[in-house]
Amino acid sequence: MRHLSVALLLALAAGCASASARQTSSAPAPAQATARGASQDSTSDERPQYPSTYKRHPNPPVVIRNATIMTATGQEIQGGSIVLRDGRILAVGKTVDAPADAVVVDGTGKWVTPGVIDTHSHIGVYAAPGTFAESDGNEATNPVTAEVWAEHSVWPQDPQIPLAIAGGVTTIQALPGSANLIGGRSAILKLIPARSVQEMKFPGAHYGLKMACGENPKRVYQNRGPSTRMGNMAGYRAAFIQAEQYRHRWDKWNKDHSGDQPQRDLKLESLAEVLRGNIFVQNHCYRADEMVQMLDLAHEFGFKIRSFHHAVEAYKIADILAREGTAVSIWADWWGFKEEAMDGIYENAALNQQAGGRPVIHSDDATGIQRLNQEAAKAMYHGLRAGIQVTRDQALRWFTANPAWVLGLDSIVGTLEPGKMADVVVWSGDPLTVYARAMQVYNDGWLVYDRNDPAHQPKMDFTIGREP
Amino acid sequence: MIAFLLAQTIAITGGTVYPVSGPKIDNATVLIQNGRISAVGANVTVPAGATRIDASGKWVTPGLIDGAGNMGLREISAVQNTNEGTLRGNEVAAAFNVAEGINPASTLIPVTRVEGVTTTLAVPGGDLIWGQAVLIDLDGTTIETMMVGRSPVAMVADLSEGSKGAGGGSRAGVAQRLRRVFNDALEFSRRGASYQRAQNEQLAASAADLEALLPVLRGQMPLIAVANRRSDIETALRIAREYKLRLILSGAAEGWEVADKIAAAGVPVLVQPMDNIPTFDALGIRYENAALLAKAGVKVSLMETQTENSRNLRQQAGNAVAYGMTWEQALRAVTLAPAEAFGVGGQYGSLEVGKVANVVVWTGDPFEFSTGVEHVFIRGREIPLRSRQTDLLERYRTLPPKY
Repeated sequence: MRHLSVALLLALAAGCASASARQTSSAPAPAQATARGASQDSTSDERPQYPSTYKRHPNPPVVIRNATIMTATGQEIQGGSIVLRDGRILAVGKTVDAPADAVVVDGTGKWVTPGVIDTHSHIGVYAAPGTFAESDGNEATNPVTAEVWAEHSVWPQDPQIPLAIAGGVTTIQALPGSANLIGGRSAILKLIPARSVQEMKFPGAHYGLKMACGENPKRVYQNRGPSTRMGNMAGYRAAFIQAEQYRHRWDKWNKDHSGDQPQRDLKLESLAEVLRGNIFVQNHCYRADEMVQMLDLAHEFGFKIRSFHHAVEAYKIADILAREGTAVSIWADWWGFKEEAMDGIYENAALNQQAGGRPVIHSDDATGIQRLNQEAAKAMYHGLRAGIQVTRDQALRWFTANPAWVLGLDSIVGTLEPGKMADVVVWSGDPLTVYARAMQVYNDGWLVYDRNDPAHQPKMDFTIGREP
Repeated sequence: MIAFLLAQTIAITGGTVYPVSGPKIDNATVLIQNGRISAVGANVTVPAGATRIDASGKWVTPGLIDGAGNMGLREISAVQNTNEGTLRGNEVAAAFNVAEGINPASTLIPVTRVEGVTTTLAVPGGDLIWGQAVLIDLDGTTIETMMVGRSPVAMVADLSEGSKGAGGGSRAGVAQRLRRVFNDALEFSRRGASYQRAQNEQLAASAADLEALLPVLRGQMPLIAVANRRSDIETALRIAREYKLRLILSGAAEGWEVADKIAAAGVPVLVQPMDNIPTFDALGIRYENAALLAKAGVKVSLMETQTENSRNLRQQAGNAVAYGMTWEQALRAVTLAPAEAFGVGGQYGSLEVGKVANVVVWTGDPFEFSTGVEHVFIRGREIPLRSRQTDLLERYRTLPPKY
């Protein structure tokens, strides 16, 4: 059953699908602009802030039948079916009612999971072909550049985008690089072909703020400072002290509108939004002791660190991280390329899971993003061999539900449940094996990738006329 | 102690044996004596007193060979003081043999071998001609005991985008400079001690570097040429024809576009399957490269170029299978094919009588994540499945840690 051509399936649909008037009449509204806790940027004035122009691509309903469905909510349904309509998951289960006009996909021998979510990508900001011309990820001109927004660098024609889509990825956080103590705002993007980044911006998503510990900032700024880890800490503290004052000025003015409106400062605005809890801190940090320092920094200024990133030593403080409710976005096995990465072990994810933490397998890499399922499998099986109890569902959540939480989107994406956004991957086999490949990828119900149908294999402009 | 270990006889019994040189053998025995394989088959008599390893339900393969990386030459890539693989200041470093830079105490070695990789190429880095690569077994307390066969096993040169600086900023300059070096080496060889030309015209390289190229120009030592763009691969093939070189291509990202030419030239290729990000050095890069080359009859070896990730060679192989290689081709590509490419196919890469006993017992398919390593033998010695990383795990398995 390697032929999932939509034309063929459309032809078959009428014969295979059963109508359900009840479900048709109760079609849910598209899952958009409902991110939990999202709020207006409270310091900026009334001007539009590069708003998302994302629109759900119109699609016929789809029912995938007789597949093994891993829901990321603890279920692995053999011979299960899932119905997608109007960008939403309508039903999941052993038996489902599908709309009469649904495209029927035969899932025999196939696995279905939620769309893959990467909390740490530089796609778009470090685009292929990787020349200086597309090197737009690090504004390495000042250690604190909270004023820069990754979305203003993202190139929607990055040829890495369709490659990641073919790996089952439906949502990414595109981050600034780690040269700076505070590198700027991240972009939370639907991974779809688009003409502008605005069309990709996940409606209602919280921005992230990229912060970086350790070797990178002190190496980049060694001549002007910070050149030490204590210099790094002083740099974050100085920035947040300014941000507290800025927030106070604006909160006061927003309340009584007395006197002149305070001057707007993009850098402090980003930091003030962190203090208000509207922007999530995404913190590149390798060493256990430095993560503890950063948690203290967060306590000093009253914000939360949503996730540490890279965190190769997270297993050494898994109890503390679980208590703090800070997720860890990590690799399965990268280690040793620099001193702060020396102590990486395979069991990092499993040990954090066991401690009650929230592990995420992230990529930080344009090829790694194409096989986050493999990396999660690698981390799960090494954990199991070391005698650490990890379930397949937990390993699946490492690249679906948990990253959704890190981005504040867990009520919208990350699991296969009725009402969630129809971000769905059909795999050729068990996604926790090395041989499985994504065969179909639905993003908000749109078939953005079909391995067997060139009509559903998006290409970027860069590729045009360059194919051998 | 060493003599005792060497004299030890080990019988790995009951496993499914994949000799690579032939079809798999169910319920078979691999007998190891004096560091060599002394018998393989379903009807092997186990001598009395042999140490028995029960491999029932397990898979037995040769140790994996990674034809890339800087094992032993690079402890932490970002820390210059721990890097030994590049001779700076010499763009034609043909006389640079990396052997004495290898650190047998490198923590990367146990981390790698406990995942089933038993042999790696230690490759220099550099500009145009990088130097001489040595093949090492990942066991031993001295450089001498780790070196395989007649290492160095290859000269390494770069014909990719990476060496353009050594060619004045042009690929054409790189090719012309390489020819000047080769011509001077041949001239140097013809005139020997009476060679006087240097007094009138500067040689294209130092006498030591020219001399070091003679085994390459005599076809005694292969030249590994790094090349990814189709035209660079064709340049490498052209130069190899001109000078009758034993060429090995490394990288070969666009190799699939000229697979027939590579196959016709009988040139082995080292490929990293999990790469598909386009650059101007290889716009045609794709996951199917290894499979398409193999299909065209090219002798394909797979590699993992990141030294600390050498243990992911089996994931590279699994992905090569996912993108079209047969499983048997992929196993050969991480065992016998690299051994043959480096001229040690008679000693390494398969489970055959007389070969060096580098053997791995796996819980299942070596390419699968669910598979674990049960036993690793290098030159007949059973390797403890312990590394700095397993020690860290035990230290922090329960918190607070065991100090």
